[in-house]
Amino acid sequence: MTCACQQAEKVNKYLEPLYRIMKNYEVDEKNLIPVLQQAQEEYGYLPEEVLKEIAVSLDLSLSQVYGVVTFYTQFHLEPRGENIIRVCTGTACHVRGAGEVLDVFREELGIDNGGTTEDLKFTLETVACIGACGLAPVIMVNDNTHGRLNAESTREVLNKYR
Amino acid sequence: MSKENIYRSHVLVCTGTGCVSSGAREIKDVFIDELHENEIENEVRVVETGCHGFCERGPIAIVYPEGVFYSELKENDVAEIVEEHLLKGRIVDRLLYVDDDKEKVPGYSDIAFYKKQKRIALKNCGRIDPENIDEYIANGGYEAMGIAFTELDQDKVIEMVKDSGLRGRGGGGFPTGLKWSFAAKSVSNKKYVICNADEGDPGAFMDRSILEGDPHKIIEGMAIAGYAIGADEGYVYVRAEYPLAIKRLRKAIKDAEEYGLLGDDIFGSGFNFKLNIKEGAGAFVCGEETALMASIEGKRGMPTPRPPYPAVKGLWGKPTNINNVETFANIPFIVQEGPEAFSSYGTEGSPGTKVFALTGKINNTGLVEVPMGTTLREVIFDIGGGLQENRKFKAVQTGGPSGGCIPEEYLDLPIDYDSLLEVGAMMGSGGMVVMDDNTCMVDVSRFFLNFTQSESCGKCTPCREGTKRMLEILNRITEGEGKSGDIKLLRELAEHIRDTSLCGLGQSAPNPVLSTLQYFENEYIAHIEDEKCPAGVCPDLKGAYYVLEDDCIGCGICMKACPVDAISGKPKEVYTIDSEACISCGVCADKCPKDAIAVG
Repeated sequence: MTCACQQAEKVNKYLEPLYRIMKNYEVDEKNLIPVLQQAQEEYGYLPEEVLKEIAVSLDLSLSQVYGVVTFYTQFHLEPRGENIIRVCTGTACHVRGAGEVLDVFREELGIDNGGTTEDLKFTLETVACIGACGLAPVIMVNDNTHGRLNAESTREVLNKYR
Repeated sequence: MSKENIYRSHVLVCTGTGCVSSGAREIKDVFIDELHENEIENEVRVVETGCHGFCERGPIAIVYPEGVFYSELKENDVAEIVEEHLLKGRIVDRLLYVDDDKEKVPGYSDIAFYKKQKRIALKNCGRIDPENIDEYIANGGYEAMGIAFTELDQDKVIEMVKDSGLRGRGGGGFPTGLKWSFAAKSVSNKKYVICNADEGDPGAFMDRSILEGDPHKIIEGMAIAGYAIGADEGYVYVRAEYPLAIKRLRKAIKDAEEYGLLGDDIFGSGFNFKLNIKEGAGAFVCGEETALMASIEGKRGMPTPRPPYPAVKGLWGKPTNINNVETFANIPFIVQEGPEAFSSYGTEGSPGTKVFALTGKINNTGLVEVPMGTTLREVIFDIGGGLQENRKFKAVQTGGPSGGCIPEEYLDLPIDYDSLLEVGAMMGSGGMVVMDDNTCMVDVSRFFLNFTQSESCGKCTPCREGTKRMLEILNRITEGEGKSGDIKLLRELAEHIRDTSLCGLGQSAPNPVLSTLQYFENEYIAHIEDEKCPAGVCPDLKGAYYVLEDDCIGCGICMKACPVDAISGKPKEVYTIDSEACISCGVCADKCPKDAIAVG
C-alpha cells in the first residue's frame, strides 16, 4: 500500500511537465485554450488530474475548464493512439471518394470514427476539411498529408505506419 | 541585404501544403544537392515559395529569369533540369506543362490556368520566399504602411478603403471601409483588430495559402487597419489545422518586430501596434465573429446576439474590427496604388478581384484569383480546364455549407456578391466545388447539412433542433424511406431555421437544401416516389449495374473485379451483369477502362 504522501509525490511528478508549461502563462482566462493545447501535446490527451491543476492555476472553476474542453473538437479526455489518422470528409474529398478511404481504415483497424485501437497504435478520426482539396481524397497521418488515395493506396499508407 | 552573391538564376519551388504532400521538400533538397554536385550553388539559388495555386500539378518549380514552369516533378527529374536547363540553357521539354491542345507551354504566364487571372491578394504567393522579410520589402512590401503612417491621417485611410469599394471577403460582403469607420468612431482607451483566419468551409483554402505564401501582407494590412481605427493591438485567429501557416506567420511577426515594423513608434509616427496569434481549437462556429471573440477570451466559442456589434463592444468589451485574411491582403494595394486602381477591376457593385479555391471533379484544382464579374464558365472551363474525364457539368457549389448549388443554365453568370445571391447561392469565402453528372444532389445537400448539424454549437433551438430534423428527413430520403410531404416539410423547416437562428451558421444552414430543391427538385422526387437515385450514388437506391453493350470491348476486367461473381462473359464479347446477384458496390464501373458500365 502506498501512503498519502507517496501518492502526492507521484501526482506531483506526473504534473511536473504541466508546471513547466504553466510557468509561461499568467493567471488569466484568455490563456486557457493555449494551456490546454500545450498540455494535450505533452500528455497526448487531457487527464482529469491535469484539468484540475489547470483550473487551480488559472483560477477558474473545473466546470468552466471542462466546458471549454468538451466544446472544441481538438481536445480529448481519453488516451489516444500513437498515430492519429484524420480522414478528410470535406466536400471535395466527399465527391472524390472519401467514404471508400474511411471504410478501408474501419475494416483494417476494426475501429469506428473516433475510436482507438486496443494496442493504442491508431486513432481514427474524420475532419471537415484540411484545405488540401487539390489532393482529394486526402488524409493526414500525424502531421503528414497523403493524397489522391483509393482503397489500394490507402492500405499502402496504413502499412507504412504499422 | 546581406546576400553577397548575385545569382544568375532562381529556382522557385512551391512549398505550399498541397505541393509538400506530393513531395516538394524532397525535390528542393535534390535541387540543392545537384547544384552542389555541379558546383553552381553560387550561381543558382533555390527558393521555397508559397502556393502557386496550381495544386493539381504539384510539385512545381519555376526557373527564373526565363519563367519556365516545370510541373509534376519527380526526384529523378531534377538532375536533368540542372544539367540541361541550368548548365546548358536548354529547356527540358518533357517536363513542361501540356495544355488542352496538347501543346507544350514553357512560359508560366502563358498557361491557360494563369492567363485569365489577375493577382492582387495572391500577387506574391509563389513569387517570394514567405520566410524572408527582405524579399517582401524588395517587392514593395510595407510601402503602403509607410505611406499610411507618415502621409495620411486616419480619416483619409478609411476614405481610401471606402472609395475602393472593397467588400468583406469572408463571405458577407459588407463594405470594409464602412466597417472601419464604425470602429473608428467608437471612443475607447483600447481597441482591437482581428484577422479571421478560421477558414472552416469544406473545400476552401484561400486563407491558408495567403498566410503560407505571403504572411507579411496580412501583417501590413492589419497594421494599417489598426492605424485607421486607432487600435494598438491585433489578433490573428487561425485554425490549429494549419501548422505551416502558423509557423510562417509567427516568423513573419518576429522579423517585422526586429525591423521595427511592429512595436512602438512605427516609422516615427508615434503609432504603436503589436500582433498576437491565437490558435483555434476546432470549432467551425468560431468563424462567426462573436464566437471567435469568445474563443480568444478563452471561453466556449458560442455566438452572442448582435447588436452590440464588435465595432462598439467586441473583444473584452472593447471596440473591435474583424476582417477576413483576403480582405486584409487587399489593403496594401489600395493604399499604395490608390482606390481607383483597385476599383478598375471587377464590377460596379463588387470591385476588385476574388480568390477562389477550385475543387471537386475539375481538371485543374487549385487557387485562382480573378476580377469580379468573370463568369462561372470562364473560371470552370477556361481556367479550371473543364471537368475530369470530360464528364458533363451538373452544378457548382459556392459558399461552402452556407452557400448553394448553381446549375448549368447559370454558367454565364458574372460572379459577384449580388449575382450569386440572386441565384440562391452566395460568395462565401470562395470555395467552388464542381460537380458532374455522377453527383447526387440530395446526397450533397445531406452532406452539407450533416456538417452544419454537427458544427451547430447548440445555443439556439432552431439551429440545434431544426437542422437535426432536416438531416433526419434527408437521411431517410437517401435511404429510400422518403415520404410524400417530405419536400414541403423540408422547405418549411428551412424557412423557420433561416429566419429565427441566432447567428450566420444557423441562418444559412438550410441554403444547400433550398438551392438543390430549387434546381434539382426532380432528383428529390425520384428518390421519394420512384425510389431511385438518378446519379447512382445513394447505396440503397442505386439499383443494379448493367453493361452498355455498344461500349463494351470485352476485356473482362469487370468480371475479375466483381467481389460477388455477378458478372459473366467471354473475352472479346459483351459481358453481362446478373442484376439479382449485383450488390451495387460499383467496383466494376470504377475499373472499366471504357466507362461501359452504368447504374440505375
